[in-house]
Amino acid sequence: MDIPDNLKYSSEHEWLAANGKSAKVGITGYAAEQIGDIVFVELPKVGSMVTAGVSFGVIEAVKSVSELFAPVSGKVTAINERVAKEPELVTAAPYGDGWLIEIEMSDAGESAALKDAAGYRDLIAGLQ
Amino acid sequence: MIPFAGWEMPVQYKGLVEEHRAVRSAAGLFDLSHMGEIFITGPGAAAALDYALITAPGKLAVGRAHYSMICDVSGGILDDLIVYRLGDSRYMVVPNASNAAEVSAALSERLAGFDAELDDATMRTSLVAIQGPRAVEILQPFVDVDLSTIRYYSGTEMRACGVPAVLARTGYTGEDGFELFVSWDDALRVWDTLLEGGADRGLIPAGLGARDTLRLEAGMPLYGQELSRETTPFEAGLGRLVSFAKPGDFVGRDALEKAKDHPRKALVGLKLSGPRVARIGYHVYLPAAAEPCGTVTSGTASPTLGFGIAMGYVPADRNAVGGELEVSIRDQRASAQVVPMPFYKRSN
Repeated sequence: MDIPDNLKYSSEHEWLAANGKSAKVGITGYAAEQIGDIVFVELPKVGSMVTAGVSFGVIEAVKSVSELFAPVSGKVTAINERVAKEPELVTAAPYGDGWLIEIEMSDAGESAALKDAAGYRDLIAGLQ
Repeated sequence: MIPFAGWEMPVQYKGLVEEHRAVRSAAGLFDLSHMGEIFITGPGAAAALDYALITAPGKLAVGRAHYSMICDVSGGILDDLIVYRLGDSRYMVVPNASNAAEVSAALSERLAGFDAELDDATMRTSLVAIQGPRAVEILQPFVDVDLSTIRYYSGTEMRACGVPAVLARTGYTGEDGFELFVSWDDALRVWDTLLEGGADRGLIPAGLGARDTLRLEAGMPLYGQELSRETTPFEAGLGRLVSFAKPGDFVGRDALEKAKDHPRKALVGLKLSGPRVARIGYHVYLPAAAEPCGTVTSGTASPTLGFGIAMGYVPADRNAVGGELEVSIRDQRASAQVVPMPFYKRSN
């Protein structure tokens, strides 16, 4: 299971790559595998606000629909337009081309409270 | 693995869409051991089933099968099932796992007064299904009969993969294929034999997930979603099954005769516009209407067709093909057009 060491993780299986106040967000490889064949990703509008722990979009798979929960609060500064056209990117490269949104974080403390790779690994181990 | 009607069932092996595509293009192997198997035997078996079911199993030729239903006295559907006539006075009835015990009990009750006996073999019978365009060539080496002579919707007792079986040309995928009913003790041997024999022809195991998307593309209803006690066969678009012509009474006849021309709702196939997926329980609306007029019973992103498909109930006068409706998906309306079912039909 690919869980990059340089990222932070939420217990809802989103990853966060912080760079100053800006942070890129996506779903983990584990989540992508669990969701299965992704057919559609619904993302918020650029400029909208997201709140930590609250749904900011959905992923539709053949079998199910899954909500996306923001790992941190802030303003959406960019969304990945490519995954709208090629939702399979989320499965193929969850930490790369399959990223979802970029957030300008309003509270740095929220990202500090997320899990590191080891903590996320433990979380998954408990689920299997 | 998930719990399903008291059984532990595989939702997927390699991945739902890969399994779905294998069944459409090559073949898939399904473990359907959860399905019920009820044998009705005796000189009165034909007459008993004519009384118990809405179809006329008494008119089936030996070796043939048909799709049927068991209804209650009010005409509500207790289950949909397949009836196989294995001999003059020997039938096998295959109900859904979730209803097997109830169907068995209802049949027992309805057999009273007929010279027929019921043997519920569900808990000692496995079902292995091989489905897809390459099913014939994969299965052929493991049976003594020429499979090209076996017609669709037939079922015969014979040896297959070295064990006693009921071999049936039936399925729930919209593809050609076979179902092998064998004893629990022999099931693993059959599974392994076919999987190994078909591996180089693209055969892979397929789970419940693919079974659901395949049957939905094929426009086949699922009990608990499209079919229920609150639904008559006419409302489900399966009124052709009801044999009013057969002699004698059958359970539900009076109610079904009355219900025939007064459907309270109609099952329709819907093609969704846009990428969002309509799912079970979502509301259906007439265009721009504030109040819902119906409900989605099954929906998915069709792996074969590449767009969203759904089945649902709408008012009986809104079932015309081409009609425009809307489905509410997370508080937004998606337009949906009534289309003919099946959504997918195999070319051969």
